[in-house]
Amino acid sequence: MQDAVLAMLAKEPSHGYDLRARLRRSLGPLGESMNPGQIYVTLTRLEKAGLIVSERASGLPERPERKVYALTPAGQERVAAWLTEVGWPKPDLAEFHLKLVVAAAARLADPVELVAAQRRELLRRLREAQHAALAEPEGSAAVLLLEGVVLRLQADLRWLEACERAWSPVSAVDDEAEDA
Amino acid sequence: MNALIGVRGLVKEHGEGRSRVRAVDAVDLEVPEGQTLAVMGPSGCGKSTLLHLLGGLERPTDGEVWLAGRRVDTLSERALARLRRRSVGFVFQAFHLMEELSAAENVELPALLAGRSRREARRRASLLLERVGLTGRARHLPSQLSGGQRQRVAIARALANDPLVVLADEPTGNLDTAATHDVLRIFEELRSAGQTLVIVTHDERVAATADRLVSMRDGMFVDDTRLAGTGTGWLGGLIGLDG
Repeated sequence: MQDAVLAMLAKEPSHGYDLRARLRRSLGPLGESMNPGQIYVTLTRLEKAGLIVSERASGLPERPERKVYALTPAGQERVAAWLTEVGWPKPDLAEFHLKLVVAAAARLADPVELVAAQRRELLRRLREAQHAALAEPEGSAAVLLLEGVVLRLQADLRWLEACERAWSPVSAVDDEAEDA
Repeated sequence: MNALIGVRGLVKEHGEGRSRVRAVDAVDLEVPEGQTLAVMGPSGCGKSTLLHLLGGLERPTDGEVWLAGRRVDTLSERALARLRRRSVGFVFQAFHLMEELSAAENVELPALLAGRSRREARRRASLLLERVGLTGRARHLPSQLSGGQRQRVAIARALANDPLVVLADEPTGNLDTAATHDVLRIFEELRSAGQTLVIVTHDERVAATADRLVSMRDGMFVDDTRLAGTGTGWLGGLIGLDG
């Protein structure tokens, strides 16, 4: 997210609260937990790294909210590099996969039950994301982000279905079919 | 039974002899008034058959179906047809609108069939079309409407006689994301107004908007999850600036 904040300054030098407002607009309900101080922590780090400089209105006490932040040449280079990066967040499935493997091996728990519990949790999250998407006003930029959240949850739910099939005991019907 | 919909030991078999299959296999279910219930499962799991049994479109091989304290599965054909007209609203994947009738006429029809006056039916249709955001399309034929608009007409029609329950079979199966959202918004309004709603779907997004989700496999319920009132507050925590 640091890179995103940096790139927002490419349009024009801005105050921290402008950046925060732009973030909130783009993120909708996903940006709700961002507290006012967080943006200044990020800006301070970027400034220390030499990627931005700040200018404060003369004659006023030094407070972060009075400062206007602007990209340095190094910051501009960083933004250009960030735009061409194709990194992507890692789907973190290995831990749950191992949970099933370990639970089955040591008979700690029934993997099918673990999958069912996980599925219920993801469905509740999906409900939250769906309700948030439906509640967004028309034309809100956050709808597209929520769509991404929803699609990912759907993909995870599909994977859980595959887990359930794989870990389900072979049913009696299938046994009979094999005998026949 | 106190629930609006009650089902006990419900069985439905299709076919004869060796090709006989149990589409619904000894299902018990109670749906309280005002609940939105989603039924999910892979195709062929029996979810549509279950919906048909609830709405009196099919009769069970065994078991009981109750609606508002009245046993439904033993009714005469005539009484069953009357019940379907007055107490149940159906929404189908393929809309099933009358192509030669306008949107408004499609919505008026069930009220007229239930014996209401032409004037009353018209008044009601205009209210319902407004409710689904189609006032400006009342005179259009279904062929002049988009899929999403047609389904909204179908929902208005399902509400024409103020049914005890609305039964929806894959209501968003033929719709794109935007039209799906329109339908879900209408369902959400119905839910807030206390309308009992049973939605059969294979779309997790649609299912997730319900109060409760039942999962079916091979004619049986394999899971029954309460989704309402279990907010996780998880969305707001998804994003950190330093992540």
